[in-house]
Amino acid sequence: MKPIVTLTLGFLLFTGILSAATLEKEELKFGFIKLTDVAPLVVAKELGYFEDEGLYVTLEAQANWKVLLDRVIDGQLDGAHMLAGQPLGASIGFGTKAKIVTAFSMDLNGNAITVSNEIWKAMKPLVPHKDGKPVHPISAKSLKPIVSQYKKEGKQFNMGMVFPLSTHNYELRYWLAAGGIHPGYYTQRDTSGMTKADVLLSVTPPPQMPATMEAGTIYGYCVGEPWNQAAVFKGIGVPVITDYEIWKNNPEKVFGVSAAWAKKNPNTHKAVVKALIRAAKWLDAKNGGNRPQAVKWLSKSEYVGADYDVIANSMTGTFEYEKGDKRELPDFNVFYRYHATYPYYSDAIWYLTQMRRWGQIDKSKSDKWYKKIAKEVYQPAVYLAAAKELAAQGLISMSEIPATDGYRAATSDFIDGKTYDGKKPNAYLKAFKIGLK
Amino acid sequence: MLNKVIRGLNLTGLGFLVPVLRLANGEEPKQQFKLMWLTLGIPLVSIVLFLLLWSVSAAQVKTSLGIVPGPVQVFNASLGLVADHQEQRLKEKKFYQRLEVRNQKKLAADPDAVIKHRKYTGKPTYLDQIGVSLYTVFAGFLLAALIAVPLGVIGGLSPVAMAAFNPIIQIFKPVSPLAWLPIVTMVVSAVYTTQNGMFEKSFLTSAITVTLCSLWPALINTALGVASIDKDLINVGKVLRLGYFSQIFKIVLPSSLTYIFTGLRLSLGVGWMVLIAAEMLAQNPGLGKFVWDEFQNGSSQSLSRIMVAVLTIGIIGMTLDRLMMVLENIFTFGENR
Repeated sequence: MKPIVTLTLGFLLFTGILSAATLEKEELKFGFIKLTDVAPLVVAKELGYFEDEGLYVTLEAQANWKVLLDRVIDGQLDGAHMLAGQPLGASIGFGTKAKIVTAFSMDLNGNAITVSNEIWKAMKPLVPHKDGKPVHPISAKSLKPIVSQYKKEGKQFNMGMVFPLSTHNYELRYWLAAGGIHPGYYTQRDTSGMTKADVLLSVTPPPQMPATMEAGTIYGYCVGEPWNQAAVFKGIGVPVITDYEIWKNNPEKVFGVSAAWAKKNPNTHKAVVKALIRAAKWLDAKNGGNRPQAVKWLSKSEYVGADYDVIANSMTGTFEYEKGDKRELPDFNVFYRYHATYPYYSDAIWYLTQMRRWGQIDKSKSDKWYKKIAKEVYQPAVYLAAAKELAAQGLISMSEIPATDGYRAATSDFIDGKTYDGKKPNAYLKAFKIGLK
Repeated sequence: MLNKVIRGLNLTGLGFLVPVLRLANGEEPKQQFKLMWLTLGIPLVSIVLFLLLWSVSAAQVKTSLGIVPGPVQVFNASLGLVADHQEQRLKEKKFYQRLEVRNQKKLAADPDAVIKHRKYTGKPTYLDQIGVSLYTVFAGFLLAALIAVPLGVIGGLSPVAMAAFNPIIQIFKPVSPLAWLPIVTMVVSAVYTTQNGMFEKSFLTSAITVTLCSLWPALINTALGVASIDKDLINVGKVLRLGYFSQIFKIVLPSSLTYIFTGLRLSLGVGWMVLIAAEMLAQNPGLGKFVWDEFQNGSSQSLSRIMVAVLTIGIIGMTLDRLMMVLENIFTFGENR
C-alpha cells in the first residue's frame, strides 16, 4: 500500500512540476459569495489541489454579485464563483457589458424558496396534506389567493432574489408563473422588472436575506444555501420548495473568468479547471462521506462562516422544510454526479430563454442566435482538455467525461411539466402561458 | 528629577499617573488621594458600572443570531480571534515548508529553474486586518494633510483665496464617505489600470475616501490659525524683507502650529471613522471588511466578534487621538511646556 501511495505522490509532484513550467500566472485571487456552492473552490484550496497544479490561490469573499463581477472585469480578481446568468448577461450587455467566459459548472440545484412565518400560516391550509404533513412539491397556486388578498388591500407583495441575472430570479419567477402569479417583465424603461407584476421582486445579497425578511421588507425569497436553512434555525421562515423540485438537476453556479484573462492564460485556466474537477469529484465521492469535512471548512469565518449545523442540514443529503420536517433530499447539492461540472451549451441556452421570457432580452431571437451566444461564453474545449489530462493521470476515469455534442437530452423534469430541448429554445418559450415569446 | 518625570507624563497624556507618583514620594497624601480618586477611581468605577449595565441589558435582547453577547462572551471571542491568528501562522509555516519541498524538487528536475518568492495564500487574520486598517488610514490622512495644510496657509494669508475656497469647503465638508465611495471606486478603476501595481485598488479606494473626508477639519483650522496670527509678527517679517517662503516657514507655520495640530487631530479622528465605512464597501481587507464579513456570516459567534471589532476600533481611535495630542504638546509652545 505504502509504496503505491508514495509513487502516486511522486507522480503528482512530477506532473505538477511539468505543468507548472508552462503556467502563465501562478498566483491567483478568486472571489466568491458566502454560499455553500462555493465548496469546489474551498476544497481545491484546502486539499491542496491548486498547489498540486502549481497554483497559489487566495480566496476572497465579496460584498455582492455586482462587486464580484466588476472586480473580475477590471482584473482585481482572476476569476470567481459566479451565477450562471452573469457571464451570459455580461456578454449580451444586460447590466455591465463585458466578455466573460466559463469552462466549469460548479454545481446542480442547491437553492430554495422560503416564505415568512406569517405567509406560511396563511398558505398552509391551502396546501394538500398527507399523513399530517404537507405534500411536496408545493405549487405557487397555494400562494396565489394570498397575493390577491394583498393586492385587494392595496398592499405590495414583495419578495427577494439575489441578482437580476441570478438563477434565483429565474427560479422564483418560474415557480410563481407556474402557479399563475405574474412576476413582472423587464422592459427598456423598467430595469427593475416590475411591469405587470403581481409580486414585486427586489435584489438583496444572499447573506442578508434572513435579516431583511425578519425586518418585514420582503415576505419571502429565493436564495442558495445556507440561507434557507438559516431561516428555519432562526425560526423566522419556512422553505416551501427547493429548486430540485422546480427543475430536477438544474445547473447553478459557474466558475467565470474574463475572456481576456482566458486568452492570456490558457494553461493556467486549464490547471484551475483540473483542480476544480478533482475537488468536485471529492465532494461527491464516498456517497457523501466527505461532506462533513467540507461543511467543517465551509463553516470557517473566512468562507461561508455560518454555523456548522446550518450548513450541514442541506449539504449532507437532507433538507428541513418546516421546523422538524426534515426530509431526505440526496440530490439537493450535486457537485459531480450527472456530469455536473461539464459546461453544457444547453444550460447556457436555458438561461437565455429565461432572459427572453422576462424581457431582459428585449427582442425575440432566432434559435441560431441562442446557439451563437452559448458558444461564445461556454468553453467545453478547456474543460475537455483538463478532464483528459486528469484521466491520463488516473485521477478520474474516462467514463466520467461525457461524450456529448454539448446539449443535454431534452427533459420535462419541470414543475410545470414543460419539455425543454436546448436545440429548440423558441419552441420552449412558446409553451409558456406567462412570458414573452 | 521628579518634576521632569511629571512634566513628561503630562506631556505624553499619562497625567493621571501623576498623583500616584507624588504619593510615592510622600507629598501631601490627603490631597493626592483626592486627586487619585478623581483621575483613576471614578473612571474605573464608571467602567465597572458600564460593564454591569451591559451584561444585564444584553441578556434581555434576543436576536435571530441568539442573545446579544455580554462582556464575557466578547472577551472569549477576542481570545478566539487570537487563537485563530496563531492557527493561521502555523498554517503559513506549513505552506512555506511545502513550498520549499516543491522548489527543491523543481531544482532537482531542472537546475536552472527560476525559483520565485511567493506570499502565503491564506486569509488575513484579525491582527493582520488591524494592521491593514492602520496603514490605510495613515496613508489617507497623510495625503489629506499634504493637501490641507498648504491650502489652509494660502487661505489664511489671503482673504481673496479664502473667499474662493470657502463655498467649496462648505459644500463638500458634510458629504458622507458612502456618497464618495462609488465615485472614487469608478475613478480608481478607470485611472489606475496597471495589473501589477504597488497598491491594491481596494486600498487606494479606501485611502482616497479617507482623504476626501478628513481634508476639511485640517484645512479650516490651518486657515483659521494662520488668519489669527498677530499682524505685528507678519509686519516684522515684511520689515526684515523675508521672502514669501521663508516668511511662511519662519513666522506663519510656527505661530499657527497649535491650530494646525488641532485640525490634524480632528482630521485623523474623522479619517478613522470614515475608514471603517469605506472598507466595508471597498473590500479593503481591514477592520471594516471584518465587520461586514461577520455580519454576512450570521453565525452564532458573529455578534461577539463584531463587538470585539467595535471595542478595537474605539480603543485604536482613542490611542490615535492621544498620540496626536502628545505630538501637539511636544511641538507647540503649550501650557505644559
